[in-house]
Amino acid sequence: MANSIEKRKPSLQERMNDAMGNAVDKTQSSQAWNSIFRPGSIFRKGYTDSPRNRSYVVMNSVLYHLHPVKVKRHAVKVSYTLCLGGLSFFLFIFLTVTGIFLMFFYRPTAAAAWDDIATLQTSVAFGLLVRNMHRWTAHLMVLSVFLHMARVFYHGAYKAPREFNWVIGVMLLQLTLLLSFTGYLLPWDQLSLWAVTVGTNMMGFTPVFGEQVRFVLLGGTQIGAETLLRWYVLHVLLLPFVIVIFMAIHFWRVRKDGGISGPL
Amino acid sequence: MTEIPEHLLKRSQAARGDAGGGGEAAPAGSGGDDDGETIPRSLLEASQQPGGAGGAVAPVPAGAGGGVATLAPPTAAGPDGHTQRLLTVVKSGSIQDVKAKPMDKVHVWPHLLAAEFTAALFITAFATIFSIFVNAPLLELADFNQTPNPSKAPWYFLGLQELLTMFHPMLAGVTIPGVALGLLAIAPYVDRNPSNKPEDRKFMISIMTIHLMFWAVLTMIGSFFRGPGFNFTYPWDTGLDGIFHL
Repeated sequence: MANSIEKRKPSLQERMNDAMGNAVDKTQSSQAWNSIFRPGSIFRKGYTDSPRNRSYVVMNSVLYHLHPVKVKRHAVKVSYTLCLGGLSFFLFIFLTVTGIFLMFFYRPTAAAAWDDIATLQTSVAFGLLVRNMHRWTAHLMVLSVFLHMARVFYHGAYKAPREFNWVIGVMLLQLTLLLSFTGYLLPWDQLSLWAVTVGTNMMGFTPVFGEQVRFVLLGGTQIGAETLLRWYVLHVLLLPFVIVIFMAIHFWRVRKDGGISGPL
Repeated sequence: MTEIPEHLLKRSQAARGDAGGGGEAAPAGSGGDDDGETIPRSLLEASQQPGGAGGAVAPVPAGAGGGVATLAPPTAAGPDGHTQRLLTVVKSGSIQDVKAKPMDKVHVWPHLLAAEFTAALFITAFATIFSIFVNAPLLELADFNQTPNPSKAPWYFLGLQELLTMFHPMLAGVTIPGVALGLLAIAPYVDRNPSNKPEDRKFMISIMTIHLMFWAVLTMIGSFFRGPGFNFTYPWDTGLDGIFHL
């Protein structure tokens, strides 16, 4: 009886499973694999849900490493933060990704800009969808940054030792508004042109250097083709560059100041 | 929750196996058997005999709670011929003064990351579905000779544009927003109240709420109640056709 079982030839299915298992085993124990996936990665051989691995997951991932290994229990309650800060950051990433896609199809000249957007919407696969996403998430980011500020204020989270991080946050709010506003001009349609005209007319009234600032930003006394190029560079390069620096300081200070505030 | 890592389990099992094997030898208590003890038995015995060997210092019985127990130097060499000498036994409380209270903490993975991931998924789903059904506006090509009526700034600047109807541009467009942002930025240095409890901060919370409502109301008036010529109108008169023109 036992003999017959031993002698039975493994079916093709079983042999394939065996071969697969061996291949996976071999790959997972190879030096190359282990050099890519650091301890704590779920792709590592013998990954288990242990306190040690939970710590490794955060310590050994460049993205998760924004967080400490452990946080106060109340900090993970969604009803406390409403995820607003994290969502603002996520929306920024989302806008970067969709924005890079849009850059492939857009030329910042008065002659080409509007046509490029129209072509993007009609002849590029997912062009319309991605443009819509970029537009609506931009508004969403303004909203979430604003709500994040309100949340932080109502929790009194700007108080010592977090005063300076609040100041950084106010700058991030202004940078977010500027990013959204510079993007507003880029489609070069009637909506952009006149919204930006109204917006920039106010700048001219800044005392002492108002006219100069307006001239530099518009590349002239009136909005024109030069404005489009300037605002494009501001929108896709300069302001994102600056906001990333401020975000880095902001996130770093959150940890240095002892994690998020509270509980109330 | 508190799982013991596999390698520790194996180690403890191995240790238990060892102890089982030599089980009879251990409790026999011969002076030379020091396995598994923090303080070698020979030293303990030496410390309990006042007249033993060195005998210079009066020994304190182990576990007397005196904080410091001074032992005489042992006569006999320990295992492997090493001379071992227990200098002091110091209770942790007398050298470590822990001021920070232990805090209830949880692992970021999975407790925080799972929530963040879910929130990101929801916002992505919302953005995608909304973008499928609502198109971003693309009006006619920009035309310098054709001013739309009304011309409106982006919605987050409509509060400012609304102020422009009431005050001189210098005041409405520069001074008021400048002061508002400035006060916002220095709020933590102005507000000297250290408490973060809502019941202790009624004044600041009121001020902030009034401030936020001020801008919210102005923005909504600018968005929905301004028609041609930026004159006051009702949204049900003009219709909400342009509601997504932002």
